[in-house]
Amino acid sequence: MSFIDIKNLVFEYFRRDEEGNVEEMVEALSDISMEIERGDFIAVIGENGSGKSTLAKQINALLTPSEGEVIVDGMDTGEEELRLSIRKTAGMVFQNPDNQIIGGIVEEDVAFGPENLGFSKEKIWNQVDSALNDTKMNEYRTFSPNKLSGGQKQRVAIAGVLAMEPQCIIFDEATAMLDPAGRKQMLNIAIKLNKEKNITIIWITHHMDEVVSADKVFVMKQGKIRLSGTPNEIFENEQILTECGLLLPQFYQYLRFLNGQGIINDSEMKAVLFDNEASNLSGNASAQIDQDGANDNKGYLIRCEDKLLKLLSEKYSADKRGQNVTAGVSSDNESDSIYNDRVGNNLHDNEDNDNPAEGILLNDVTYVYNKGFADEKTALKNVSLHIGKGEFIAVIGAAGSGKSTLLQHFNGLLKPDSGNIYYNGRDIFDKDYPIKELRQKVGVVFQNPEYQLFAETVEKDVSFGPLNMNIPKVEALKRSYKAIEAVGLPDTIYDASPLNMSGGQKRRVALAGVLAMEPEFLILDEPTAGLDPVTGRKILEMLKKLQEDYGITVVMVSHSMEEVADFADKILVINDGEVVSFDKTWKVFDDENLTYKLELNVPLGIRLLHALKGVGSEVDIKKHNQLDIYEELCGLIQS
Amino acid sequence: MRDMTIGQFYSTDSVIHRLDPRVKIMITLLYVISLFFIRSIYIYGFAILILAVYIKLSNVPVRYILKGSKGLATFILIMVIIQLLTVKGTTNIVELGFFKISTTGVYSAIYLFLKLVLMIIGSSIMTYTTTPTALSDGLEKLMSWMNKFRIPVHEMMMITTIALRFIPVLVEELDRIIKVQTARGIDFKEGSFFRRIRKYIPIIIPLFVSALRRSNELALAMDARCYHGGEGRTKMKPLEYERRDYIAYILLVSYLLVIIILKRILHLGILQAV
Repeated sequence: MSFIDIKNLVFEYFRRDEEGNVEEMVEALSDISMEIERGDFIAVIGENGSGKSTLAKQINALLTPSEGEVIVDGMDTGEEELRLSIRKTAGMVFQNPDNQIIGGIVEEDVAFGPENLGFSKEKIWNQVDSALNDTKMNEYRTFSPNKLSGGQKQRVAIAGVLAMEPQCIIFDEATAMLDPAGRKQMLNIAIKLNKEKNITIIWITHHMDEVVSADKVFVMKQGKIRLSGTPNEIFENEQILTECGLLLPQFYQYLRFLNGQGIINDSEMKAVLFDNEASNLSGNASAQIDQDGANDNKGYLIRCEDKLLKLLSEKYSADKRGQNVTAGVSSDNESDSIYNDRVGNNLHDNEDNDNPAEGILLNDVTYVYNKGFADEKTALKNVSLHIGKGEFIAVIGAAGSGKSTLLQHFNGLLKPDSGNIYYNGRDIFDKDYPIKELRQKVGVVFQNPEYQLFAETVEKDVSFGPLNMNIPKVEALKRSYKAIEAVGLPDTIYDASPLNMSGGQKRRVALAGVLAMEPEFLILDEPTAGLDPVTGRKILEMLKKLQEDYGITVVMVSHSMEEVADFADKILVINDGEVVSFDKTWKVFDDENLTYKLELNVPLGIRLLHALKGVGSEVDIKKHNQLDIYEELCGLIQS
Repeated sequence: MRDMTIGQFYSTDSVIHRLDPRVKIMITLLYVISLFFIRSIYIYGFAILILAVYIKLSNVPVRYILKGSKGLATFILIMVIIQLLTVKGTTNIVELGFFKISTTGVYSAIYLFLKLVLMIIGSSIMTYTTTPTALSDGLEKLMSWMNKFRIPVHEMMMITTIALRFIPVLVEELDRIIKVQTARGIDFKEGSFFRRIRKYIPIIIPLFVSALRRSNELALAMDARCYHGGEGRTKMKPLEYERRDYIAYILLVSYLLVIIILKRILHLGILQAV
């Protein structure tokens, strides 16, 4: 019998209206069967609302089956008296770092589980010590959780589960609210626990690149398992994955494209996908895990990408040599040609709308948190920049680098300690400056904006902004309807309650609430955070459309370099409160010193172009959008 | 908003930090009670001296304490003014139409001021030097006799711990919601009183929804970590009295005795009562 055995699991619940009458019966999980072996690393993926979290809660008896059964280590979750043992066996790390920490200081929180289990004092201390060591949180053991970063809080949460001596840990979208660095750290801890302590891992996510090192992947959609198999088997089914709201990892997308265009053949594709060491293809997944665990920084994904880069550059340098023997393109000239390109482009750049009297201008802005106290922190240091009209700008930088603080200056929510902010040439902190008008022109959408919805209907919530601007009701409603349409929501939604919608819809409503003020500048803090990839893409496409159709300037904070490369025209790079670069997207990614120093993950497509250029191919390294890069690569075969 | 440090643990090491939470609770309780019996400026002097020593021993910077209590300054001021204006005495110092300030009023206002300040600072030292968990453990143990009357002491203390843990989280959230709605053009300074009250709806509702969502998730997380009430629960840091705790109790009793003796002496008229 398997370690975890799920047989024909059905889970239903009743949705009730305000009077408590049953409105409908929701089948959250239907006929799910799966077997998980001890020591497996399992990934469950699916879009928001696909039932993956509901499934996770079934495994540690937070929910129990309506039909069918869930057996964990021989224990039936339906039996009340076994629940504590089941939860001890299968621990769970939740999504929101704040909402799972109970203790006032780190070590007391980690001890919460062992205390509940009635461990002796000595055992509790031992467990807490080793759990904090395993999650590298020992130095923070007497800290208040409120002083920790999101990633650190999640590590405390893992420690809290580990201290209960679990045999299995379920990560329920535990990385969804973290930045890439925090996400990577979490995944590495999970892989390490799996490898070194043989703890079964159930990793729930909607990020495809987190599942490549799993033994087995389950893809869920509408409460059903649509696909299951090793990662490579799953990736074969691009069509189904897209239907499920998921995107293939980038390297896989390029691989498929290159293969489809006949640039690389099937056997070359296999060589990239499968490690040479693992001659046996079916036993491949476990080999991947071993290597990932042994070599954290060079995971399977990175190795695949490296192989693909090498393959392409070898191929095209060989082609070149074959064709242009006489032309004699030497490597010395290459750097010259790139340099010339840059100069040419610089000249062109100056024609941009760089008129400082238009748009947002920051002059030598410094902002300090908790000034005069022990925990004083300079969030922005002498920031000067100009944001012109009609651009799409991405703001990037590590967590805590000052991105959010910067955004709040654009519409005067924060007042700089020194320096000035101008909008269309006027200082926004002048005494008689109409700050309300500024708030209308510069709309700011905070992170997780759906948490700020408050009205009983969508219409009321969206028209809240315009009404505050003293716009007459009829006009305010007209603007609201236009905004709701612009974010891609149907007009049937006006009277619906925003609180009962899906995550993606709520976010659209929140965006509409800002758009209805008809801003000229739209400032967004991580607009895709927490959304599944396809929904996130749709939001970004909508933003791009707003920029193109309405001329709205979009400034967004993002952690995803793929998003940035595909959508932004310019990138503003912040590090430690300082602007280290503010330039065209391709130039920022072209600056090797910068990308190396800040550990930016340059998207694979751009690296492909650079590699090809490096061996003398005729490619335009100014391209950064994935579709444009596809086109460049197509041009390669034709030439 | 985030300057509200009162009630938040101040992480450092001191003899007060190491005291058993039960001792600190008793010290705070009896100290506050003792303040109600003081009606002389001399005895107040003694109480202030004792508090100063207590703060010194606790290693919590005075500036930090004052900053944390700043939020209550308005409250104290209002109370003192009310006292000043309402207490009637035989001789009036100032007469300004309806307002009369008497000597008795001045004294009682000063006493009230001292009483409130000492009370707030005295009890805040307890929260600065004791983690919320230790504090609720202490209270739970002190109140365990109430279990006999079917009062759910453990559950009450768990609720307190969680509330203390989430105050900063919710304050931060409130701060954010206010900013968001400000960005959407809300103006709290505009309109009549009732219109202004209505403007808080877009702040309160998201805060409520968020608090409910958090409590739901927290309940699940507690379930997942095998929480099942106080029964069969062990402690990482069980409370055991040590030598310093007994010494602290002796000092506490001595303090009370001194207060009582001083009161008697003053009563006999050896020192002139003011």
